[in-house]
Amino acid sequence: MANFQASVLVSLRPSVLDPAGEAARSAAARLGIDGIKKLRIGKSVVLEIDAPNEAEAKRKIQLLADRLLANPVIEDWSFDLQTTP
Amino acid sequence: MTIGVVVFPGSNCDRDVRWASEGCLGFTTRFLWHETTDLSGLDAIVLPGGFSYGDYLRCGAIARFAPVLESLVEFVNKGGRVLGICNGFQILTELGLLPGALTRNRGLNFICENMALKINSERSNWFCDRNVGEQISLPIAHGEGCYQCSTDTLHKLQDEDSIALRYIDNPNGSVFDIAGITNSKGNVLGLMPHPERACDPITGGIDGRMILRGLIHN
Repeated sequence: MANFQASVLVSLRPSVLDPAGEAARSAAARLGIDGIKKLRIGKSVVLEIDAPNEAEAKRKIQLLADRLLANPVIEDWSFDLQTTP
Repeated sequence: MTIGVVVFPGSNCDRDVRWASEGCLGFTTRFLWHETTDLSGLDAIVLPGGFSYGDYLRCGAIARFAPVLESLVEFVNKGGRVLGICNGFQILTELGLLPGALTRNRGLNFICENMALKINSERSNWFCDRNVGEQISLPIAHGEGCYQCSTDTLHKLQDEDSIALRYIDNPNGSVFDIAGITNSKGNVLGLMPHPERACDPITGGIDGRMILRGLIHN
C-alpha cells in the first residue's frame, strides 16, 4: 500500500454567481489594487490517502471530489496527486 | 396521521415544525434522529431548517449521507410525501431528490423577513384549496437561498409544472424568482420560506398551515 497526497481544487462553474468573489474584488480596489478583472472564490482540500497504486488513488479521489467535495450542479473540480515518500 | 421530523446535529427548526404540526394542526408528530433508518408508521416526513452538520463543506452536503436519508429515498420512491424547509430544501438538492442547488444570496446578507409569494403550481396538492396566482406571505431566514440551475433544468421544471412558489420581489437572486419546487412526481416539496413559522396566529400569519396540511394530501 502506497501513501499519496492529493490537493483538490473546487471552483464555482463560470455560469454561477459568486457574490463573495465580487465583494472581495471590490475590497481589493479599496486596498488600492486596480486592474482585477475577475475574482472567483473556491476551496482547496488537501488530503492523504492510502491506495495500492496511483490509478486506484485517482479513482478514489475522483469519486470523493464528484460526490462529496464538489456539487457538480454548481462546481467544477480538479486535483493534483503526489506520492508521499 | 403521523408526521416524522428529522433531527440532524445542527437542526434548529425541528421543534418549531413539531409545534406547528402537533400544536397547531393536531397531527401526531415524531422526531427522527438522523441515525435511525426506521420510518415505519409515518405518513409524511419533514426535513426542517437549521445548519445540519454546521453547514460544513456546503449546506446539506454532509447531511445527505445520514443513515435516515437512505430510508427517506425509499419512502419517496414509494410515493411518501416529504417537505424540505430551508436547510431541508438544501439537503434535498444535495441528495438529488430535487434538481438545482442553493447558493449564497446575491446580496451576501442573511435575510430574515416576511416575504410575499405567489403560488405557481397546484399540480401536486401542496396548497390545499388555494389557486395558482394567489399571493401568500411566509417568512424567510437564510443566507444561502439563491436557487440556481441550468437552463435545461429550468425548462424541465416549467414543462413539468414543478415550480411551486415564486417570490414576488426576489430577495436573493434565485433563478426565475424560485422559492420552492417539487419533484416530477409531486410528492417532494422543497422551499426556502418557513411555513412552520406561519402557523400560530400569535406569531403573525397562518399561511403556513396549508403547506403542512399538504403533507397529508395525496
